[in-house]
Amino acid sequence: MPITNGSVGVEHYLAVSAVLLMLGVFGIFLNRKNVIVILMAIELILLAVNLNLVAFSAALNDLTGQVMAMLVLTVAAAEAAIGLAIVVVYFRNRGSIQVEDVNLMKG
Amino acid sequence: MVYAIAVFAPLVGALISGLLGKAIGDRAAMGASVLGMLIAAVCGPYAFFMLVPGGETGTLDLGTWIEAGRFHVDWALRYDTLSAAMVAMVSFVSMLIHVYSIGYMAHDATRWRFFAYLSLFTFAMLMLVTADNLAQLFFGWEGVGLCSYLLIGYWYDRPAACAAAIKAFVVNRIADLPFAVGLGIIYLTFGSIEFSSIFGHVAEHGGDTYRVFYHDVPVIELIGFLLFIGAMGKSAQLGLHVWLPDAMEGPTPVSALIHAATMVTAGVFLMARMSPLMEFAPYALGFVTIIGASTAIFAATVGCCQNDIKRVIAYSTCSQLGYMFVAVGVGAYQASVFHLITHAFFKALLFLSAGSVIHAMSDEQDMRRMGGLAKLIPVTCTVMWIGNLALAGIPPLAGSYSKDAIISSAYLAHSNVGSYAFVCTILAAFLTAFYSWRLLFMTFHGTSRADTHTLEHVHESPPTMLVPLLILAAGAVLAGILLNGWFIGEEQTQFWNGAIFNGPANQIVPHLEDVPAAVEYAPLVAGVLGIALSWLMYIRRPDLPKTLAREHKRIYFFLLNKWYFDELYDRIFVKPLLRASRVYWKIGDATIIDGAPNGLAWLAAAGARQTVKLQTGSLASYAFVMLIGVVVLVGLFIFSR
Amino acid sequence: MIADFFFYVFAVILLLSAGAVILSRNPVHSVLFLILSFFNASALFLIAGAEFLAMTLVIVYVGAVAVLFLFVVMMLDIDFESLRGGLQRYTGIGGAVGAILLVELIMVFGGWHLAPDAARLRMSPIPANISNTEALGRVMYTDYIFLFQTAGLVLLVAMIGAIVLTLRDRKTSRHQVIRTQVARTAAETVEMMNLTLGAGTTESGGFLRPKESEPEAPAHEEAHHAHH
Repeated sequence: MPITNGSVGVEHYLAVSAVLLMLGVFGIFLNRKNVIVILMAIELILLAVNLNLVAFSAALNDLTGQVMAMLVLTVAAAEAAIGLAIVVVYFRNRGSIQVEDVNLMKG
Repeated sequence: MVYAIAVFAPLVGALISGLLGKAIGDRAAMGASVLGMLIAAVCGPYAFFMLVPGGETGTLDLGTWIEAGRFHVDWALRYDTLSAAMVAMVSFVSMLIHVYSIGYMAHDATRWRFFAYLSLFTFAMLMLVTADNLAQLFFGWEGVGLCSYLLIGYWYDRPAACAAAIKAFVVNRIADLPFAVGLGIIYLTFGSIEFSSIFGHVAEHGGDTYRVFYHDVPVIELIGFLLFIGAMGKSAQLGLHVWLPDAMEGPTPVSALIHAATMVTAGVFLMARMSPLMEFAPYALGFVTIIGASTAIFAATVGCCQNDIKRVIAYSTCSQLGYMFVAVGVGAYQASVFHLITHAFFKALLFLSAGSVIHAMSDEQDMRRMGGLAKLIPVTCTVMWIGNLALAGIPPLAGSYSKDAIISSAYLAHSNVGSYAFVCTILAAFLTAFYSWRLLFMTFHGTSRADTHTLEHVHESPPTMLVPLLILAAGAVLAGILLNGWFIGEEQTQFWNGAIFNGPANQIVPHLEDVPAAVEYAPLVAGVLGIALSWLMYIRRPDLPKTLAREHKRIYFFLLNKWYFDELYDRIFVKPLLRASRVYWKIGDATIIDGAPNGLAWLAAAGARQTVKLQTGSLASYAFVMLIGVVVLVGLFIFSR
Repeated sequence: MIADFFFYVFAVILLLSAGAVILSRNPVHSVLFLILSFFNASALFLIAGAEFLAMTLVIVYVGAVAVLFLFVVMMLDIDFESLRGGLQRYTGIGGAVGAILLVELIMVFGGWHLAPDAARLRMSPIPANISNTEALGRVMYTDYIFLFQTAGLVLLVAMIGAIVLTLRDRKTSRHQVIRTQVARTAAETVEMMNLTLGAGTTESGGFLRPKESEPEAPAHEEAHHAHH
């Protein structure tokens, strides 16, 4: 049972989650410096999603939300690992991780 | 049975020679072809003579060809006097020409091809004359047209020969369209295109009309008219004659067979065969007479000025075909067919001896470079004299009987067109004699105008070439006397035995002898006068032709250039057609039709070139675009609820 | 009351540190702020009653993922001076897109309400009087077992993928080649010698070298397929 009673309801969680999502999304394309920051922004997005799921799980008294959050967590970890591996290999080849320099796929 | 062998033996020869010729070699191919023709030449006349003393006519059914609803056509050979006579003539003359070709084409590289075409042509002609229905006749019609194309363009490395072959085929095609339309109308009217269903029922449809260009035209007249136009193309009558002189590009045996004896006579044969129908179309017959007479005089005038030995004979053929159509037009079909047979003999003889002359003169065809050959090639000279005597109608040679019969029949028609035809034929007889002796004198007599090198090589032709000449000469002499009684004489009714139909008002042929003496002797007089004038101009005073040509330049050039028919057609038909084709090709085909797929391809490539600019390779812009996509999707989702 | 206060505290710090993640110039700072975000999010989870998930967040996210980030950031020799600026380029369109997204979220927010029969539609209702962990366990290993196993597979694939991508075979590193070891016969390496009793090594010929040297280079090349 959620310990929240009073004025904090599921809407507040949702609002926090929404702003966190926004920050993560903006972080992806507003930064020109670092590919790793992009990955971190993705982690923020996934965190926002987790927050959303847990909020609803608490509101609806349904464990499904938490199970899904668990799985999202798993996938986020796996994706972070692979993403970083790619960044490492890319850095070995290009010598820089500036986002602007990632244009070898120019068609 | 013998009849069928006569018709199909040439086909077997053609197939062996054509399909296996390369494998079995020239000599074997020639042998197969000639053997086939020999068999036909024996069986054909035999079948004819079986029929003559009142034999049994009939039809030899060979099987069904087309079965389409109510349209039924069989392969069948019609065995009656008209067909049998034609078969006998065609097979015999063709056999002689095959034998002649052994010698004439001795230096050719692909003799098997020549003999295959020749035998194939003979087969097609035989199918034409033995047809029991119009479809089979049309099959033979097209077959001879095809073989004519193949044979005229036999030496296909010569551009002139190829052009002449195409010209012949195209002009024939132009005439075949009205023929096919006529065929269609016959089917519409009679419900069938078999002769047995048409003949005998013509009178019932005398009142039927057909709507053409907002006018109601009597059906029988229309049919007769259309069929005659088809015949005009095949028989090179005025207007559609332009292909015949050009056809001389082919080898001489081809000219002899196709353009003297057989193919060009197919039109006359068609008219004679359709006599039960034509007799009920007086206007069409009048048109036939006018065209025939005009052709006779036209060709004779042109023949007077030609310098190529073969072209003179070609115009002579054209003129004689005009004679035959005059006879058809006035209703004397029997005389027409009689002239056809005799003409086959002496015209083939003339062409073959011209070939002999050309062979002797090392392929020289221009008469202005000949002369004085009489002592050098006496046999050829003699047979050519005989042929020309027959042509001019000097009795008792063959031509005199048939030609006089035609001129008499024109007189006996007692109609306006008949009178016009009578005058034209008499004049043409005069001119025929003139140019024939012009040919003889320029070629064989007087002083020689050839160069010494050619003169050294002048030699008489080998026996393979001379024997057919002699046989044809014998025919030219005797055919008239022997066949006169059957074809147009007292026995003509039971000879024809219904193969040729004369309407009840048509009493010309039985009364051919009942003409005034002036009319009877007029052709002979005209002929003698022609010979005399020719002797004057080419032996007595050889400078006269040149003087006349110089003083009357325009007439001379008018006649030399064949009344400028070719130039006229070129301007009216050929050039606009070529221009139109070029437009269709360059603009229609190349630009529009090819442009569509090419344009589409170019469009696809251009589109891709623009789209590829999306792939900047920049990670950030990709992410940004993904974000925009998400925003758009969410927006759509929200607003569509 | 207190819970609300804590909620607001954690929420504000979470958002601020998330902002700092993306705005920091120094990537190490970004990682550290990320760790802070994770901690605060975990606290928010606790407040919502999902304690297992909160702990998992700390263990996995902070303990593994963020540390991994730190490792990579430090391993890559990043030139810090050149990492400056660069925000200006897309601010125009970015701001516009962000505004649109904000509007959409507000619309969702404003027009959203809980479905009336939501209580009836619960798939796995939270049982009373057992801990959250036990409740999760009961559900995860029964209803969602397939997803659980698939998640394990995903992790396996990720692990293999990461190794495959980054493994470089360094020729200077020595490692065992089991195949060669197992295939070695006694006759190749061990030699029985007769020694006199009591004699030392110097009398017996000194220290002896091995029979034949092992071929190192070919063994390296065979096992090496993950190159850079």
